[in-house]
Amino acid sequence: MLDLSQYQSVGAALKDALDRFASEVCLIEADREREKERLTYRDFRERAHPLAKALQDAGFSAGDRASIIMTNQAKWLISAYAVFFVGGVLVPLDYKLTPDEQWQLLKHSGATVLITEYPTWRQLNASGGRASANVQTVLVTEAPPNAELAGARRWEEFRGTSDPAFVLRVRKDIASIVYSSGTGGRPKGCMMTHENYLEQCVALTSIYPFWPGVRYLSILPTNHAIDFMVGFFGPFTCGAAVVHLRTLRPEYVRAAFPKYKITYVSLVPLVLKNLQKGLQARFDALPAGKRKIFNTLVAVNKILTKRRPRLAISRLLLKPVHEAFGGELRAIIVGGAFTEPQTLQFFYDLGIPVANGYGLTEAGTAITVNDLKPFRADTVGKPLPGMEVRILNLASDGIGEVAVRSKTIMAGYLNDPELTAETIVDGWLMTGDLGKIDEHGHLQLRGRKKNIIVTEEGKNIYPEDIESVFEGLPVKEFCVFAANYIWPKRSMTGEQLVLVLHLEPGQSLSDELRREINARNQRLLNYKRIHGVVLLEEDFPRTASLKIKRNVLAERLAKLDRAAAVLLL
Amino acid sequence: MRTLEQTTQEVLDLAAKHFQLPAGSLAPEDDFFKKLGIDSLQTLEMLSRLENHFGIELPDYEVQGVSNFKTLAERIQSRL
Repeated sequence: MLDLSQYQSVGAALKDALDRFASEVCLIEADREREKERLTYRDFRERAHPLAKALQDAGFSAGDRASIIMTNQAKWLISAYAVFFVGGVLVPLDYKLTPDEQWQLLKHSGATVLITEYPTWRQLNASGGRASANVQTVLVTEAPPNAELAGARRWEEFRGTSDPAFVLRVRKDIASIVYSSGTGGRPKGCMMTHENYLEQCVALTSIYPFWPGVRYLSILPTNHAIDFMVGFFGPFTCGAAVVHLRTLRPEYVRAAFPKYKITYVSLVPLVLKNLQKGLQARFDALPAGKRKIFNTLVAVNKILTKRRPRLAISRLLLKPVHEAFGGELRAIIVGGAFTEPQTLQFFYDLGIPVANGYGLTEAGTAITVNDLKPFRADTVGKPLPGMEVRILNLASDGIGEVAVRSKTIMAGYLNDPELTAETIVDGWLMTGDLGKIDEHGHLQLRGRKKNIIVTEEGKNIYPEDIESVFEGLPVKEFCVFAANYIWPKRSMTGEQLVLVLHLEPGQSLSDELRREINARNQRLLNYKRIHGVVLLEEDFPRTASLKIKRNVLAERLAKLDRAAAVLLL
Repeated sequence: MRTLEQTTQEVLDLAAKHFQLPAGSLAPEDDFFKKLGIDSLQTLEMLSRLENHFGIELPDYEVQGVSNFKTLAERIQSRL
């Protein structure tokens, strides 16, 4: 691995990695059963440098912002490298957002360059939000030969002919703007510095190391802080390889493990749970005799791995299970949302450690990680090296707000000093999550203080972001809340959104109104939908500027009995 | 060559079969997340079954943001 303490910027570290590991494989890209591409670090440089040069020739310079909206593929990483090489600030956006949401964030970020895939560009162009953003250069990948590019240029042809000039940035400079969520009223663009990434990489790889020959299967979107770190910067600075799949159908994902001898993969809890269900069904289908033997082997494995993982023994004892995962899997990294302990235990008992942890984009990915010494399914692990974790405002049960201080904490939210000041207090990042630290130094999460839900797919949903869908609803006033924010629950699962309605005098929750709410709810992506309605017969408390005082309203609602108050749709 | 109506009907029949629902219980305008109570992963599994049936490949990006059977059938039809 490169000694990252010697580096000032992400670009400088990556540049050296490409030289140091020139003949190692860095990327494999597959589409279904077909392997499309296999690049060494040298090949990667040969693709990236002409792009960097062309960006420079187009006037893109230090501090300029370039956004990537792409599915996980080689061109994502090549483009990001080129942006860093010329001193740019990367704005990775979620390809799953709607075109309007993407334009909104492009505008907010101030990106002047957009690098995207042709199908995404087609949708972006159709949505008509372009005028509001300041995007001047659009590069599209894989456009069909006769495609209407609407002013965009082909990524494959956007190449400079001479060497690009490397632009050095320093540790405190902004490397990227990552949107942790907030596509509605208040985009939350986390300004991540070069130092944030360099320090996070050192901390994470001290526990889950990469080396040449390691293969990381990149499934989580690369715009997400986790995949950016463990599916790009981490493996690249260690000479490891990243495997991209152009389709995420479960059967192809399953086939990729043995085909590419995967070492690590990151998943969201939903996918991990699904994997668990599939495996359990297969175990249950075993004939009685075989099942008994299998259960005995699992029990033996449990005893032998009680103190620490022993991969070689587990692979021997439970060979068919490990072979299905390719036989080289060292750990499944799970993140983006809370994972239920029984799911973590299920995999650990099979000899497959799950690196569960806890993190926020604002904290530079991970804050705590399970170090497996020994494995604990009931916690989110211990703070990573360099992370100070404190529990503030302790309640009588020892639970309080988790606060973090480290060199990985973001510089702040883009264009939002007020929110930054609320979030980072005296150098401590206030996470808004509740928890406690046990006597072994493990963090246990016990609910949230903030008005947010996090789905099992790892999506942060801020209630205020989805309120626009209900604008114009024929009621006096309305507001969306996370139910657990109103009625605090010492739990991280089963989080739901509720729509609070104040009806007009004499109005009732008629079938017609329900239909209207349902119809609007349908416009939201499935994981953003509200679960039920709460009726409140009083005016919402508001500020002088007529904004709803959400915390005061939540306090009033808390007096209602949750079970009786939430009317299901 | 199938018509869009035929394709839509085949999509509905296959989805009903895949999720073990009575034939005719799904409608073109139904939102499959809501109606079937499925997540994005189960949707991908359903898509694989549809691909096999129609003998086509439906890239993930083509079905991004699609949530009802009618639109899904249109995307399939354009690749037949």
